[in-house]
Amino acid sequence: MSDPFVLGGISLTSRLFIGTGKYSRNTLIPEVVASSGSEVITVALRRVDPQSQENIMNYIPSQMTLLPNTSGARTAEEAVRIARLARAGGLGNWVKIEVISDQKYLLPDNSETIRATEILAAEGFVVLPYMSPDLSAALRMKAAGAAAIMPLGAPIGSNRGLKTKELLRILISEVDLPIIVDAGIGRPSEAAEAMEMGASAVLLNTAIATARDPLLMAEAFREAVSSGRKAYLAGLGPVEEAAVHSSPLTGFLN
Amino acid sequence: MSFYETVLRLEQLPYETLWKQYAAEDVKRALRKERLDEHDLQALLSPAAASCLEEMAQRAQQLTRSHFGHVMQLFTPMYLADFCVNHCTYCSFSSIYDFPRKKLGPEELRQEASVIAASGFRHLLVLTGESRKESPTAYVKDCVKILREYFSSVSIEVNPLSIEEYRDLMEAGVDGLTLYQEVYQQETYRKLHIKGPKRVYRNRLDAPERGCQAGFRSVNIGALLGMYDWRQEAFFTAMHARYLQDKYPECEIGLSAPRFRPYLGEFNPDSEVTDRALVQIILAYRLFLPRAGITLSTREPASLRDHLVHLGITKMSAGVSTEVGGHTQTGGTPQFEISDSRNVQEITDMLTANSLQPVFKDWDILTGDPA
Repeated sequence: MSDPFVLGGISLTSRLFIGTGKYSRNTLIPEVVASSGSEVITVALRRVDPQSQENIMNYIPSQMTLLPNTSGARTAEEAVRIARLARAGGLGNWVKIEVISDQKYLLPDNSETIRATEILAAEGFVVLPYMSPDLSAALRMKAAGAAAIMPLGAPIGSNRGLKTKELLRILISEVDLPIIVDAGIGRPSEAAEAMEMGASAVLLNTAIATARDPLLMAEAFREAVSSGRKAYLAGLGPVEEAAVHSSPLTGFLN
Repeated sequence: MSFYETVLRLEQLPYETLWKQYAAEDVKRALRKERLDEHDLQALLSPAAASCLEEMAQRAQQLTRSHFGHVMQLFTPMYLADFCVNHCTYCSFSSIYDFPRKKLGPEELRQEASVIAASGFRHLLVLTGESRKESPTAYVKDCVKILREYFSSVSIEVNPLSIEEYRDLMEAGVDGLTLYQEVYQQETYRKLHIKGPKRVYRNRLDAPERGCQAGFRSVNIGALLGMYDWRQEAFFTAMHARYLQDKYPECEIGLSAPRFRPYLGEFNPDSEVTDRALVQIILAYRLFLPRAGITLSTREPASLRDHLVHLGITKMSAGVSTEVGGHTQTGGTPQFEISDSRNVQEITDMLTANSLQPVFKDWDILTGDPA
């Protein structure tokens, strides 16, 4: 079954986006890429050090679509500056905007994110804003030129799953852009659930990077995302409050 | 409102009986909680917690890996100057000691910077003795402008400054502030700081807050453990960090847990901090402040550092010299004796062997002149 996901002009077969942070060694990155089947990988520009032999970019397989993120930015201006540095540094024109001013919970600042989206989309970036799931903010990001919306399922690194499920459902239903659930997904079943709900893709890092066996976990997520997507396409049956008899008691009337 | 008001309240607590109020069950309850309060912190620092160290360690490790992953940020200090106008009873830089004092000139600074940068570091902490005359803000600023050519991030550990002075340094490219209160217990503070502006307790206590107000990206605080009862000092430190974190959520608040080390003088503090106590303190910090950075310095011996990397630590210094120009020159006077003298490669190898990734670069300063 062909079900490509076209984003920023690129046709993707995998709907699992992965990260590069938190690994015990950079050499795990290409192995996780292979196990996960992922084609999009996010990298924090703040960790990129072209002068170092240990430069994280040396470990990202060349076929991957790079999604530099603005992790560390606390204002729109910082995010814009980081995005421009990434593009000037040859990391392409995709950018995941991450503007976080709250260092306690690491929750994104939607209003600063909207401002950064406006500036960077106007400069031709493929902008993917990471956000707290809020319909009006998402619609403003769309109006500002975002290529997709990346709402969080739960705070970064929490592995708590889809705590924002009802809000994600509204975004998926109301925002005419791909919705990529980012942050909080800790289990493959949660990734599958996001996909069943109609998310276009999921992005995760901690769940794989901190698993006892990251490669096996990457494979589990690959299968879960694929299964969830198939279930969405197949159309889930309606959920009933009470049991529905396959041989109803009033059937004789027909 | 300043943390000083909290200090005045906390000072009234009956510490002699307070620590005995807690039982292992209180510690276990704290371990099950999402956001720990002041009483939970007391429980974690109490004698009762000594029997729960393993459970605390398991939870602390889980929180650290979840929030920070399997990475360890590395940095090194650079001493710019050792002139000091204070007489502190525990420091070699004290004004009472007669040794040739020095400060780095631009060329020496460049040599020092290039040697440190060549060993891989991108994050630098610059230190001075406390002398507004010999190492004023303008001098630090000039140094930082040069250092920005070599490093991605420069933090300072200098005498307490005003908000305007901190802003001035930020504009030159400084993005982090480290300032230790040394001692939170006021009476002991006065006893240990015999002469000089450092005697003004409150000026020092409020300086990290002034750093937050100036807009530093990170502010790191700590008590010099061993100067007074460690439970109380750790309690005040963690409460100070929580105060700053709550009031300035945009600033990354970090903690250090430095233990007293031998120095030029004879003073020896009478409040011993054992390895077990240090572990309890670090674990309490992590559990009370899950997202705070925790720094472990080379004051601790190599074997202990190797074990502590799994217990909540997120930043380590390496390849350290505590004397001015110590990376390129000899003959200086160290501020104190370090304990772990391993070079950068040895620390890197140790981290790798412990399945941790050494991170030399975790930020680029966006203010000041770009490198």
